[in-house]
Amino acid sequence: MYEGIVQDLIDELGRLPGIGPKSAQRIAFHLLSADPADVRRLAATLNEIKDKVRFCRLCFNVAQAELCRICSDQRRDPEQICVVEESKDVIAIERTREFRGRYHVLGGAINPIGGIGPDDLHIRELIARLADGTVTELILATDPNTEGEVTASYLARQIAPMGVKVTRLASGLPMGGDLEWADEVTLGRAFEGRRVVA
Amino acid sequence: MTARFPTTGICSCRSGCPGDVHLTHLSLMDFRSYPALDLLLAPGVTTFVGSNGQGKTNLLEAVGYLATLGSHRVASDAPLVRQGAASAAVRARIVRGDRAALVELEIIPGRANRARLNRVPLGRPRDLLGLLVMVLFAPEDLALVRGDPVERRRFLDDLLVARTPRLAGVLADYDRVLRQRSTLLRTAAAARRGGRTSDLRTLDVWDAQLARYGSELLAARGALVEALRPRVENAYSAVASSPAPTRSPASISAAGEVTLTRLEYHSTVLAGLPDQALIGRAHSASIPGEPIAGTPGGDRAALEEAMLAELARLRPKEIERGVTLVGPHRDELLLFINGRPARGYASHGESWSLALALKLASFELLRDDQREPVLLLDDVFAELDTHRRARLAELVMPAEQVLVTAAVDADVPVTLAGARFEVVDGRVDHVAG
Ligand SMILES: [Zn+2]
Repeated sequence: MYEGIVQDLIDELGRLPGIGPKSAQRIAFHLLSADPADVRRLAATLNEIKDKVRFCRLCFNVAQAELCRICSDQRRDPEQICVVEESKDVIAIERTREFRGRYHVLGGAINPIGGIGPDDLHIRELIARLADGTVTELILATDPNTEGEVTASYLARQIAPMGVKVTRLASGLPMGGDLEWADEVTLGRAFEGRRVVA
Repeated sequence: MTARFPTTGICSCRSGCPGDVHLTHLSLMDFRSYPALDLLLAPGVTTFVGSNGQGKTNLLEAVGYLATLGSHRVASDAPLVRQGAASAAVRARIVRGDRAALVELEIIPGRANRARLNRVPLGRPRDLLGLLVMVLFAPEDLALVRGDPVERRRFLDDLLVARTPRLAGVLADYDRVLRQRSTLLRTAAAARRGGRTSDLRTLDVWDAQLARYGSELLAARGALVEALRPRVENAYSAVASSPAPTRSPASISAAGEVTLTRLEYHSTVLAGLPDQALIGRAHSASIPGEPIAGTPGGDRAALEEAMLAELARLRPKEIERGVTLVGPHRDELLLFINGRPARGYASHGESWSLALALKLASFELLRDDQREPVLLLDDVFAELDTHRRARLAELVMPAEQVLVTAAVDADVPVTLAGARFEVVDGRVDHVAG
């Protein structure tokens, strides 16, 4: 154990995803010996993201205003919504330039081991977005793994009675993977070849 | 960004193309007791002789790891890495017919292993499966007959993956869905007991996923049991049958006695059906050639439906107990000798004959699939009486490559002559052949 504030820093860093106790310690000591200007800039950025970055009121993508860049873009097709797990998936799909509609970010996937059920995801808000009949197609682009598949089938079952066409990205995406890491060509093809599931 | 998977066939000799398979080169880095080791190997029999704890089994374990991505001795990877090292590496040159492949695997405990084929990194180590296929004979095999059902399920599943590497993905998916679904049931059961409301809204979709992968696994296991059945019967007769009296006076089978073995697959998925025998119909050597009705191999859709129906039937019980009661993870491969369950009734000798028969049948099946397995015989002769030693030696001779370990020369039948290495304190010296 280190003295007070140093240990606090190590503990805080250790709470971040993917950072174990050893890495936390290494980063803490790097910060202690780093140029004060660099460390202050990092601290300022951390403060700023909490003040300025928030989640889009409509789609829960990261945003700098009430609405994200995509939701506030009038040229985007309001009839299609692509459902993804995380904001980083929006970026992956945007890179393919295959999709001109809007998004809905669930904030994860159904995962009993991780303690995540339907109420922990932005599912209710998604269903509310479908209520006025503008949306004609819902594209389920959750990750091609067990939890993503289950989330997609759960949504398809919930939404089928509403009369909205529900499609799922074509297989061909590496199973067991993360949408984020699929290459552009594969992801683009998966978009083009999506199939109707409900 | 690059694609996660190689887009071209990584090794066209992986399937279909004829040619016996053997290793010509094995090298280890920080694997178990070996800081660094390079071995040249040849087709035929190679025996590693050394006392216990000298490191001979580690060599076979390394070859087995390349074939199955797991150790036959330990469940976790940590013990495979030499003390003080961060990772271990196993590399082998595999020759099939006139083609060769260089396979490399870095084992990093607690992290995903890294695999390379012909120096090209693979997206997943699982993509190595099928390049090297092995059948391992080890003292632990006795548990196939005497151990818990999980041992026999693992035997079937390992063999499934050796025959059809794609099924490794199905097994992994099934396991993942099973753990998620069981957690959901357990959490709900705990909530109910605590007087809170349980949330089972997603149970239907978990059922659908479980039935999807479960039926695929079940169909594959059913077809495998059908394929194994005659081969196990034949191999059992070959191992246990009466030998020439001079070779083994202590043999268990009296001359002329007909010994029957039988394999039955009992599935929890079909427990609710009037005819449980949809899979793995009871079949004995006394009625060879009887057509087998309702073999599940082809009809995956029917199995999926049956599994969903059984999940629905047992749902109240599952919710009450908080466990998944239906699925291949609860199924049983039952082994019989002369009409009685081998587990519990078979003598030590009979149990060994049956364990060897299961492994020999695997060997034959893989050969018939043109998978050409390398055979690993880890300290197994010491477990057997003279008669079974001689029979086993005879029956493994057709293999392209056999790697044997033994504590003393005398354990290995003389018919298995070949190259010989001595293993002393982590040093492996070529002494003959
Ligand atoms: Zn938005």
